[in-house]
Amino acid sequence: MTDERLMPVSSLRRAMIRPELGAICGVILVFAFFLMVAGDSGMFAPAGFQNWLVVSAQFAIIAVGACLLMIAGEFDLSVGSMIGFAGVIAAILTVQWGWPAWLAILVTFAVCIGLGAINGLLVIRTGLPSFIVTLAFLYILRGLTIWLSILTTRQTIIGGVREAAEGDWLAALFGGVIFKGFFQWLGDVGLIDTFTRGARAGQPVVEGVPMLIVWAIGLIIFGHWLLAKTRFGNWIFASGGDAQAARYVGVPVNRVKVLMFMFTAFCATVFAMCQVMEFGSAAADRGLLKEFEAIICVVIGGALLTGGYGSVIGAALGALIFGVVQQGLFFAGAESSLFRVFLGTILILAVIMNTYIRRLITGER
Amino acid sequence: MTAPIIEMRNIEKHFGPVIALGGVSFDVRPGECHCLLGDNGAGKSTFIKTMSGVHKPSRGTMVVEGQEVVFDSPRDAMAAGIATVYQDLAMIPLMSVTRNFWMGREPEKGFGPFKTIDFAKANEVTMREMARMGINLREPEQAVGTLSGGERQTVAIARAVYFGAKVLILDEPTSALGVRQTANVLATIDQVRKAGIGIVFITHNVRHAMAVGDRFTVLNRGKTLGTAVRGEITAEALQDLMAGGQELAVLESSLGGTV
Repeated sequence: MTDERLMPVSSLRRAMIRPELGAICGVILVFAFFLMVAGDSGMFAPAGFQNWLVVSAQFAIIAVGACLLMIAGEFDLSVGSMIGFAGVIAAILTVQWGWPAWLAILVTFAVCIGLGAINGLLVIRTGLPSFIVTLAFLYILRGLTIWLSILTTRQTIIGGVREAAEGDWLAALFGGVIFKGFFQWLGDVGLIDTFTRGARAGQPVVEGVPMLIVWAIGLIIFGHWLLAKTRFGNWIFASGGDAQAARYVGVPVNRVKVLMFMFTAFCATVFAMCQVMEFGSAAADRGLLKEFEAIICVVIGGALLTGGYGSVIGAALGALIFGVVQQGLFFAGAESSLFRVFLGTILILAVIMNTYIRRLITGER
Repeated sequence: MTAPIIEMRNIEKHFGPVIALGGVSFDVRPGECHCLLGDNGAGKSTFIKTMSGVHKPSRGTMVVEGQEVVFDSPRDAMAAGIATVYQDLAMIPLMSVTRNFWMGREPEKGFGPFKTIDFAKANEVTMREMARMGINLREPEQAVGTLSGGERQTVAIARAVYFGAKVLILDEPTSALGVRQTANVLATIDQVRKAGIGIVFITHNVRHAMAVGDRFTVLNRGKTLGTAVRGEITAEALQDLMAGGQELAVLESSLGGTV
């Protein structure tokens, strides 16, 4: 029954109606803005590039996890606490207990993913909103982190991780850079600047691609592939869209949700490991507010807070906007406290825009 | 007469002290539309949920194609060829028609951990099956939210038929629809019946039941009031049975037969 009242839809309009639309516009606006106000401040020189790319990559790593979980219809507010917890656990195991770094990292991952599973099972079994359950874990994990850190070292910062992890094969996956030779060559031929003085004279200002960025890109590709291309991705959408309807056609909704909680914990741990390897230390207050920053990236990226709709690419673009704005204001010499004002404003605009786009898609009025 | 695909014998269902079903017998044959009528609270929902594996009967037996069965979950019922289309839970509006159509049974290609959904096949089958039901989609990627209520029901019916349903339970498919959409859904039911599938059509609208039903069973307060064959019963008699007799008769005279 073709309805003569339906207007033919142009391919342009069709291409436009997608979850990432808002984020794509946002990226263009943000880059245009900072090219104008901070174009000559070094923000778009190689070192500047690396600066905001690293920050964006940090956001992207946790945003991918938060994105898939939100599309599956749940939240995780314990991401930030999990970051602090994972870092401190890994540091205690390597520095205090003298475990080899690879073993400490593997155990940390196992513990944190297990905690993610507990989060998920509690939400499923009790039927409570994940907001409440993970809020409890936000406090529980932060408290445990501080307590464990003081108990073992009498302080809240545990240093010496880099020395302890020196030459470890698994630690190298989280710290350091790749493509060193390529960047040295870029420096040698003059495509990027090199240091002219000091111990690193002759070396390029950008050493290589930090592992953090490699992880971010890897997780974005994996998340996008999983969500958009696979059967499991369809189940993620279905679980968040309408859990009951999904159950009626045989989608294992509970399993999907618990796995997504575990994946979110995995992403938080990746973030924590990269941070610990970069700083060479762990601190009990790391990761503060990261859960909200992850959620903001996801929402800017076009996902619905109610679940069932969104995109990993959108979340990654949200992370890019976040990183560029945070570092760009610094390059532009703006008051850094304004960053939060800017962020809140973007958040509101993004949500309004996404609501509108969703109406276009579903034909709601 | 052909043997029934599914037979429910003296089904009872108790929820604590409440007797929701007090011995209901019901069967469906291939290629027929068996209407289950009843007012709100008569036990229709409990009965079809028992049939589709959501509830386990407290007493009574279920026989599918001659074999006695016990369903532990809706998946068991689906595996036995019993598909249910729920009125409001049939579709997820934010997802595309294709994604809804294949939900839970997505076709895959590739190997090992690198399997992906075969969207080319999924889209093609979806378009074809929808066209068979008389709905020409603009594109298989359009969100279900853009479809009308009747079209959504049709997607759900097409989905059940494509995946080999032998019995199709339709839970009030027409209750929220306009006149034109209702006609479309009823036409779909007729088409599905002709393909040899048994249909259980739950409704409280006698006129919709009379339009497509081959047999009619009325539930009232958890009990059946008997099964009638098409042509042996009038709409007025059905209406009376549903309401449990007299009260409505009084009403009807004042309403001039419009109910």
